[in-house]
This record gives sequence, C-alpha cells and structure tokens, in this order.
Amino acid sequence: MTDWKVGTVTDTRTETPTGRSITISVDGWPGNLAGQHLDLRLTAPDGYQAVRSYSIASVGDGSTVELAVDRFPTGEVSPYLVDDVLPGDQLEVKGPLGRWFVWTPEDTRPIQLVAGGSGIVPLIAMARAHAMSGSTTAFRLLYSVRTPEDRFFADELASLESETFHVDYVYTRSTPADWPTPPRRVTRDVIEALTISAADAPGVFVCGPTGFVEAVARALVELGHDPQSVKTERFGG
Amino acid sequence: MAVFSRGFGGRARESAPDLPPGQFLTEDFPVLSAGPTPEIYTAEWSFSIRTETGAQHTWDWEQFRALPSELVSTDIHCVTRWSKLGTSWRGVSLDTLFEEVESSYDYVMAHSYGGYTTNLPLEDLLDGKAWIAYEFDGEDLDPEHGGPARLLVPHLYFWKSAKWVRGLVMMKDDEPGFWEQNGYHTYGDPWQEQRYW
Amino acid sequence: MTSHVDGNALAGSLSEIFRTDMTTAVCCCGGCGDTTTIATEMVYGTDALAHGSIVRCRSCDDVLITLVDTPERTVVRFPGITTLTVDRETPPA
Repeated sequence: MTDWKVGTVTDTRTETPTGRSITISVDGWPGNLAGQHLDLRLTAPDGYQAVRSYSIASVGDGSTVELAVDRFPTGEVSPYLVDDVLPGDQLEVKGPLGRWFVWTPEDTRPIQLVAGGSGIVPLIAMARAHAMSGSTTAFRLLYSVRTPEDRFFADELASLESETFHVDYVYTRSTPADWPTPPRRVTRDVIEALTISAADAPGVFVCGPTGFVEAVARALVELGHDPQSVKTERFGG
Repeated sequence: MAVFSRGFGGRARESAPDLPPGQFLTEDFPVLSAGPTPEIYTAEWSFSIRTETGAQHTWDWEQFRALPSELVSTDIHCVTRWSKLGTSWRGVSLDTLFEEVESSYDYVMAHSYGGYTTNLPLEDLLDGKAWIAYEFDGEDLDPEHGGPARLLVPHLYFWKSAKWVRGLVMMKDDEPGFWEQNGYHTYGDPWQEQRYW
Repeated sequence: MTSHVDGNALAGSLSEIFRTDMTTAVCCCGGCGDTTTIATEMVYGTDALAHGSIVRCRSCDDVLITLVDTPERTVVRFPGITTLTVDRETPPA
C-alpha cells in the first residue's frame, strides 16, 4: 500500500483565482474511498525532493485521481502545482492514505460537511460518493470562502444539490450582489442556523485551515454534538 | 530512481562559495516549529547552570540583563540547508555566565522552556563562541525565534542554538538531546556536514 | 507556516513503517492519559523546513511520537505513548 507510483498529469482546470484542480493518471492506483489523501513527491533535476500530503477530490475504483490545490504564495510545491504543471508532466504519488477521515455509503447517519477554503476537497469526494451510491441519507455542506470567486467546484456543487444534498455558503470577505447577509465568519450562531442539528445525531466532517477547523469543532461541541461524531482534518495555514 | 518533475525547482536555492557544503542562502529568517511557541514572561524567566555537586547558579531577568552584553555579528547555518549571513545579535557571553561555575564535567545539556533539549561539549560554549542572546537585529528577540532568550552557538548547526533556553546542566558524558536522539548528529559541525548519525 | 496540522498528515510516513493505516490507531498519552486516534493528535513539522515530524498530545502538548527521515534511515521514537492500539485492517468493502 505504500510504494511510490508514477502519475502522469492528464488535465488541469482553473477553479479559483488562486487554485486549480489537477487530474492525474496513476499506474496501479487501486481506487480510493471518499476523504482519503495521498502523498505527492516532486523531484527537481538536482535531486531535491519535496513531499506533501493532499486530499483527493475523486472517489471510486478508477486509476485516475483528482486533486485541487490552493496556492500558498510562500510554498514551494503549491505554486508549482497551481501555476506550472502541465498535462504530460510526471510526478509520484503514494496512497490512498488514511481510513479515519472517510465516509462510505454504509454510514447511514445524516452527514454534515463543513469546509473552509480548499478544505472542500475531501468533502466533495464525500458528496460525489453520496450521489454515486444513491444513498438517501441527508447530506448538508456548509462551505466558507472569502469571495464567490474563491469557491472550488461551484458548478458541480450546484448540480449535485438534491433533496438529500443541500449546500450553504458563508462568505467571509465579499458576497454575491444580492446576498442576504453581509460578509461574516462561521461563528457558533451561523453553524447553529445552517447545519444539521445535534438532536439529529449527524456525523460531521470538518476540513480547512487549522484555526478554522478548531473554531468550528469547538462550536459544534458547544452546540451539543458528540465530540466522537465530529471528525476533523487540518491543513495548516 | 525517482521520476523528475519537469519545471520543478523547489524553493529557489542560491548557492554561495563561502557557505558550508550543501547549504543555500536565505534572506528571510525561517521559523522551524516543533511545538507550540511557549509564552514566557520575563518576570517569570530565569536561567540557571547546574553542576555535578548540585550547585545551581541562577539569574532572573533583571540580574541577567545587568550582566555585560556583547554585539555579535555572525553567519548561521540550519541543518535544513538554509544559511543566513551577517545576522546581528546581542547577548551575554557564556564565558561571563560560567565565571563563577566550578565543574570537572566536559559536556552540557541545554534545557528549554517547552521541554526541548540539546547537548554540547562545554568547550564549544566558552572562549567567545557562544551567548545567551536576547536581541536580534536591534529588537527584542521574537518568541517564535526563541525569545525572550535563546542559546547562540553559531559555529554549529542552528538546532544547537536552543530557543527559549532556561538552563544548562553539566554532564560527565555526552548524552543526546531531543533531535540528537532522533537521528541528528551529536556534534553538528556544518563545515564537516555533520547532519545525521 | 508554523501552525500545526493533525495526524491525518502522517498517514503516509507512518504506513511506511507500520505497513498499515495508523490514522485510526488509538494512542494513550503517558503524560495525561488522554486516549484518542492518531488522526486527532496535533502534528508539527510537516512543512518543507522542518527537522522532522512531532506528534503531540492534543490535550497536554506532550511529545507522543517523533519521526525523522534522514538519507540513510528513518528514526521513530515514542517518548510519550503508553499504549498504542492498532485494529487489524479490514479488507476494503
């Protein structure tokens, strides 16, 4: 399960002013569950290597994986992935990794997803798995972004919306023109208003920058959610 | 053999002729974090040196700052391959702090607030080679860089310059500190490229 | 960046050593007794400029696991764990 495999970039798509999704075809990729991640290794001509962990946006049995990467201006890997990498380029991946931050259709609890920025990546994999499996459990996503342009997968999320999947956006810096609320943060009150109530005992998945995840997890527990049912994944920042 | 990724260069790595082997120049001052930055108030700060007899020499912040200080201009070399040239510090020489200390032991374990340790030979701390530094670039040393005070032993890799230092304990034998137990070299001379065991 | 992440980030490095997923493994902190999955512990030092990865107890900050990759070896220490419980991996559904 842990060997490095060669991946070839097959597609890139601009998602936001600072981020894009990258599709990689990986020889021998065994498929992955929703929420898993992979380690990605880049090697420079002088032998210098950098390894980073990325969540996987895709789900299922295929041998391609989709990542979505936001550029950290001071990073050394994300600017390459967002600005430089081209179809045909090769890199190495190891995975799929992690069986903790994972949703499978056997889980029949209502599910609340909470994403901050590019923390949407493992959560869209869960939304895709939910749609693909025909699961009838209630799914709801609270997605916090700075501005409307910063939404990853906006069109797809709109098309995934259904009787059993609902998306709420919170804009922290600027909103669409006719938006009912001014820019705001994901506070406890916002969570209370826009997520599945603790009384319905949902499973909750939270992914985003460390500060965001910790604030959201704290608020969820204050609102009565069982800490055991709140799973978190932090990507730093 | 790894697959090369076209166009990937990593962080821009500028070599320079007078650097230790395998090092690259940096202009900024990277922060390497191994844990939460300890919050240390100078009112509660102290620094001590303990010897084999149990004798302990302790300075509180006021006593420490009353000691003669030196301006130190030096290059620093981090084992993670960045070097920074001509950094400017103010601190108290370990020669000053060891003036009254009697010990027959040859090694020192530096202990920090937050639990970090690193080991050094005593001779590498004396004769103008090491300081307890409390200013960087003319400003109070920032907590993320080890403030209020850190060890400064610039002729060794920079992990030996323990941030948030709170004391030195004399040791009979050279025992490994935190990173030294984890694979890093017991001495750490950048010119010999002593990075790992 | 100096912020910590969590144990999910070490899934790859730990699986190289344990040959199984360790994010679901449960560890008990020797310092305070807090018992939780590795995925929920705090992890420092996963960025480019780091000496190595350090897993700290989410409740008392004690160092639970350290992991350093050198060109010749991987060094893992468990200075703060009293019990590590690893479920046998169930075959993927």
